[in-house]
Amino acid sequence: MQSPLFFGISSISYVVAMMVYITYLAFRKNSIGVTATAVTIFGFACQTLAIGLRWIEFHDTFGMSWLRSIPLTNLYESLIFFVWCLILGYLIVEFKFKNRSFGAFVTPVAALALLFINLSGMSTEIEPLVPALQSNWLLAHVMMSFISYSTFALSFSTALMYLIITTDKKSEASYIFWTAALGIFGAVLIAMGIDFIVNFKAMSGMKPEMFIHSYLFKSTFLDANGAVRLVSYLAALGLVLFVWRFGSSLKRVIGNFNLSAEMLDEITYKSIAVGFPIFTLGGLIFGAIWADQAWGVYWSWDPKETWSLITWLVYAFYLHARLLRGWRGHKISVVAVFGFVAVIFTYLGVNLLLSGLHSYGSMK
Amino acid sequence: MEQKSLSDRIWKFFSSVKLAIVVFSLIALTSIVGTIIEQQAPMETNMKVLGRIVGESAAPAVYSVLNALGFMNMYRSWWFLSLLALFALNLLVCSIERFPAIWRIARTPIKPLPPDTFKSMQMKAELSLGEKPDLAREKAIAAMKSIGFNASLSGEEGGGWQLYSQKTPWSRFGIYMAHFSIIIILAGAVLGKFLGFEAFMNIPEGSGYSVAISTGGVSQSVEAERDTYMQAIDASNGDYAQAAQSLNMPVKDLKTQLLKAGIIPLGFTVKCLEFDVDYYPNTDMPKAYKSHLQVIDGGQVVVDQWIGVNKPLRYKGVTFYQSSYGPMGNYANGIAMLTLKSATGQTQDVSLGLGQSATIPGTKTVVKVGDFTPALAFDDSQRPYTYSKMMVNPAIRLDVTGPSGSYSEWVLQRFPESWRLTDGNIAQFNHFWGVQYTGLQTRKDPGVALVYLGCIALALGLFMAFFMSHRRLWVRGIPEKGGTRLMVAGSASKNKPTLERQIEKMISLLKEGGR
Repeated sequence: MQSPLFFGISSISYVVAMMVYITYLAFRKNSIGVTATAVTIFGFACQTLAIGLRWIEFHDTFGMSWLRSIPLTNLYESLIFFVWCLILGYLIVEFKFKNRSFGAFVTPVAALALLFINLSGMSTEIEPLVPALQSNWLLAHVMMSFISYSTFALSFSTALMYLIITTDKKSEASYIFWTAALGIFGAVLIAMGIDFIVNFKAMSGMKPEMFIHSYLFKSTFLDANGAVRLVSYLAALGLVLFVWRFGSSLKRVIGNFNLSAEMLDEITYKSIAVGFPIFTLGGLIFGAIWADQAWGVYWSWDPKETWSLITWLVYAFYLHARLLRGWRGHKISVVAVFGFVAVIFTYLGVNLLLSGLHSYGSMK
Repeated sequence: MEQKSLSDRIWKFFSSVKLAIVVFSLIALTSIVGTIIEQQAPMETNMKVLGRIVGESAAPAVYSVLNALGFMNMYRSWWFLSLLALFALNLLVCSIERFPAIWRIARTPIKPLPPDTFKSMQMKAELSLGEKPDLAREKAIAAMKSIGFNASLSGEEGGGWQLYSQKTPWSRFGIYMAHFSIIIILAGAVLGKFLGFEAFMNIPEGSGYSVAISTGGVSQSVEAERDTYMQAIDASNGDYAQAAQSLNMPVKDLKTQLLKAGIIPLGFTVKCLEFDVDYYPNTDMPKAYKSHLQVIDGGQVVVDQWIGVNKPLRYKGVTFYQSSYGPMGNYANGIAMLTLKSATGQTQDVSLGLGQSATIPGTKTVVKVGDFTPALAFDDSQRPYTYSKMMVNPAIRLDVTGPSGSYSEWVLQRFPESWRLTDGNIAQFNHFWGVQYTGLQTRKDPGVALVYLGCIALALGLFMAFFMSHRRLWVRGIPEKGGTRLMVAGSASKNKPTLERQIEKMISLLKEGGR
């Protein structure tokens, strides 16, 4: 099938789009901006086509109904769909707020995620569905969950940018918070990159889930050698301190994007206000109905369910604190950042670190 | 007086948003612990988990502290349930507290705005039209209609007038509905806990039971007596009186004993005719687990249906889910279900036990079931062996005697190419029957309807609250020299920019017409 080809084209498009967006930031010429948007839309169209082709391939190979053939059943496919939602969300924001500054950030994330999978040679084979996943709820539940995850991702990045451009003093709690958050985020990404490089050979043909299970942080924070562990933690601490020391330069960079603090705050709120009802319906309610159909319990406090409830509570916290207690500024942005940490844990952490019904073992 | 202020304070405490925020945080934070500690797991499992987090040496101490606090089964612990109750109480008090205000604002018909308030409204506009007030009024009514507002009219002193209209005032109830729905969901959960049950049934192929075993644990002493009760209840098809008689005990005692032993009489019988696993072609990936079930009530077969994962059976408020399966232990009693086909196309279905034989229709060839294995594999020297106790690759050895001589051949259920015998006849191996049980999760939950209702209300409420807004619009006309002065004011419960854009559109329509 042609789907890998179109995934490749879309990754390359996103890389090109990133470069054009950066050029646009430097020169601020409208024609460059329009080009950047056009390249992104082209990449998005290719990705849409690729997902569609994979859907058809799934349908033809396993003879399942269309609703059950949606390619959203493993880490690889969900990552691709997440990227798709992210780009779609970005294009909507670009259109609504008439601001292209985020493009330089969103497109590299999308390109990296797609290229990472393509280059690693990890298994991207389509896999048959285990019986528990064969349900018409799959489509609605997983799709809506990911749409809400994307809106939460957007709110996370705007909340973080809000904190970056509105803090000055190195001793300020909010400044320490965002530099630490960014530093830890960077340290985790670098550690994953090291796992990736060190174990490059072991990876080919392996499913991403297996790779993460066997190698995640095993070359750094969880290395068998105590000295390596110590160095890893010190390096992570060093990175956090580095971000803390030089955070003001990042502020200057983002300060050039024509983003007002009010606008960032508003995007954070709006994307949570859109994501929350979708998450409640698609993630929690449809998930409960499906669990009721498949396992005979609509709520069993398994780790995935519990973490999605935690996520829901954090965003409920955000909405109540903002709308009823009048929280604004730094305080509320910190809540939005924590909300997305809960999202990441619900999406990845539970499957990779904790056990539960959702690991879809055999039947029980 | 003092007492009243105390009750006021208590009421205020339970209706506060602060309490809600604190309860959110407490539920979220304690839940995190519950996802790390495996719930209701054996001690060793969590010792290992804790060992990895706090170190081997500290693990026992941490374990005993967490255990004493109920974290090993925390979602059923008194303090977590109290948190949920507090959450519900908070919601309930808030709902009662806010209802009158929401009712007032949503149900009171919109009234003309006092003329001096126009200036102080957040969303406002002014313009002059060349028409006389009466004509201007008609134009304003049409313009309001074009953006979806049906205007009401009231006259003002000095020949002026005011038009006013509102849209979706009931969207104000959205937030209210979303909050109240959570109380409904929690009520449904409580109802299910008290009036329903969670149980399981392991039914061997060919058998039927009229009782289910509760999933909650029971003491070992009663577990020993369980079989006696089960057999008695089963023999009488769930009839207490009859069962009690056969056990020589009063009906009342039997009921309490059953409850203690965790046995739940269904009042009807569920029979498993067949259990099967389907595989994706050429793989060991299971595609479907399915059971052919019959419900027998009052001596009649009332339901006859295949169930599978995601396809449960419901009868009289009890739901049966396909949840597990396994071997009964003795494969020697099994029966091979075969379809024999001659090379010339004649077919016949046969059921053969081990050692039994049948003739392929229209031929003189006799096949005998010589051996069975649940999981056939061949070692390096092509000798057959069994690699699992589970039926993952069932196979029978057919001993064939015919005109072309005698020989033995392995026939594998999952590989149709192995069904063709050397002499060209076909022994289609359909199923090896009577050696497995199907595991059914059995549940009665009268609260589930309430939970679903609450879920629908929650979804509708949230969509109303976040995606709709109560919009109000006032247009006032005052006669002035050479025409009419129009004052516009609007208010929206949220998403104000949308209404602002609508007002702009209306004004441009009014101006256009004026030229």
